[in-house]
Amino acid sequence: MFALDWDSIVAARNVIGAGVAVTLQVTLVAIAGGIVGGAVLAICAVSGRRSLQLFAKFYVALFRAVPLVMLLLWFFLIVPQVLRTFFGLSPSIDIRLVSAMVAFVLLESAFFAEIIRAGILGLSKGQFEAAAALGMTRYQTMRLVILPQAFRAMLPIMLTQCIVIFQDTSLVYVISLGDFFRNTVSIGERDGTLVPMLLLAGAAYWAICSGLSGLVRVLQNRAAA
Amino acid sequence: MGYNWNWGVLLQPVATGEAATYLGWILHGLLLTAALTLSAWLLALFVGTAFGILRAWPSRLCDAVGATYVSLFRNVPLIVQFFIWFFVVPEVLPTAVGDWIKSITPSTQVFIVSVLALGFFTGARICEQVRAGIAALPDGQVQAAQALGLTRLQTFRLVLLPQCFRRILPPLTSEFLIISKNSAVASTIGLLELSGQARQLVDFTAQPYESFIVVTLAYIGLNVVILRLMEWIQRRSRLPGMMGA
Repeated sequence: MFALDWDSIVAARNVIGAGVAVTLQVTLVAIAGGIVGGAVLAICAVSGRRSLQLFAKFYVALFRAVPLVMLLLWFFLIVPQVLRTFFGLSPSIDIRLVSAMVAFVLLESAFFAEIIRAGILGLSKGQFEAAAALGMTRYQTMRLVILPQAFRAMLPIMLTQCIVIFQDTSLVYVISLGDFFRNTVSIGERDGTLVPMLLLAGAAYWAICSGLSGLVRVLQNRAAA
Repeated sequence: MGYNWNWGVLLQPVATGEAATYLGWILHGLLLTAALTLSAWLLALFVGTAFGILRAWPSRLCDAVGATYVSLFRNVPLIVQFFIWFFVVPEVLPTAVGDWIKSITPSTQVFIVSVLALGFFTGARICEQVRAGIAALPDGQVQAAQALGLTRLQTFRLVLLPQCFRRILPPLTSEFLIISKNSAVASTIGLLELSGQARQLVDFTAQPYESFIVVTLAYIGLNVVILRLMEWIQRRSRLPGMMGA
């Protein structure tokens, strides 16, 4: 039962490869979109404008209160309708993939916003004052003084969050998107090798994630030294 | 968008012939989510503390055992762990135990598996908090305990752990919040908790927005209740000068 049938895995390499591609696409889009969205939200949160602050606070609270599974189900419901209504749904796009990407970008924006906000607030007030004394505008202060320092300080936490995102993409299972995990399960069910396939999937995730978190630890130690 | 809102559907009797309404199903799901969250948190606390003690124990071997547990359960996605607990573990156990597990009512079986999966997953996070909490205590605590003639186990039970728990109470309670959200993953192995009911209702009523909105509000409500509870616990247990900020 545990004998891993390598031939069947080799035969299924295209399916698994396609799954890996989906996992990587969702992960990378979630990280890139999440950092951009998170930076915007964080700047709203530390801006002096009350309306912007309230918006950022509400957004972060809302997205952090709802489980990822529900968010994925929600956006798989909403995104296709929006695409159909506003963009004239083209049959060539993979609705599940787009829905998952939208859900992840919006959710991770909330998480990155909290990380970046903490990074900005961690800087001393003197940084803002010095920039103001030099005659910089608010935008210049953020871009040239605050954000570069904040990003350096929060790099380890952000990298850890990236590993979490990579793991969380496996939840696209609930909208039947064929990522690495879903396709591994499908092949296991088809060939009656679910047990070894699940162990294989677990081992793959473990190897990648523990390798990456080891790397983060090295980076962290080097930064601390 | 041509969507026909029909909130009344939630109060209709369910199509399976049970004496329940669809709203009743959602409430049942909410109860299951709450029960699962609480049970998994208690298990996580127990498992996390046990392995946390192992990690802080002055023995290379104990530390390695604890570190292996943390590495395994933190670096594999939660849904994969759910599937392994559900599909793999009964096969690995001795046949008699496996058969016994398979003889349990499916709904009970899925609930127990969910508690185990969530508990051990979260336990790995709590383990690291316990270890850090013990490591943060000054060396003098251990030395003083030894000077009083306490055994190693007594030192942990009477001196280190009580102080450690006071310190790590805030992260421990936020784990409770995290479990309540992670519990939604249990729907993938067929547990009809909140999000499982949300999916089931879409199939039965064809009114996805109504059921999703009610379920989402239920999650938000649960969130608010847990947050209030956390604040209350933290206020109750605060000692002057011990909680940091």
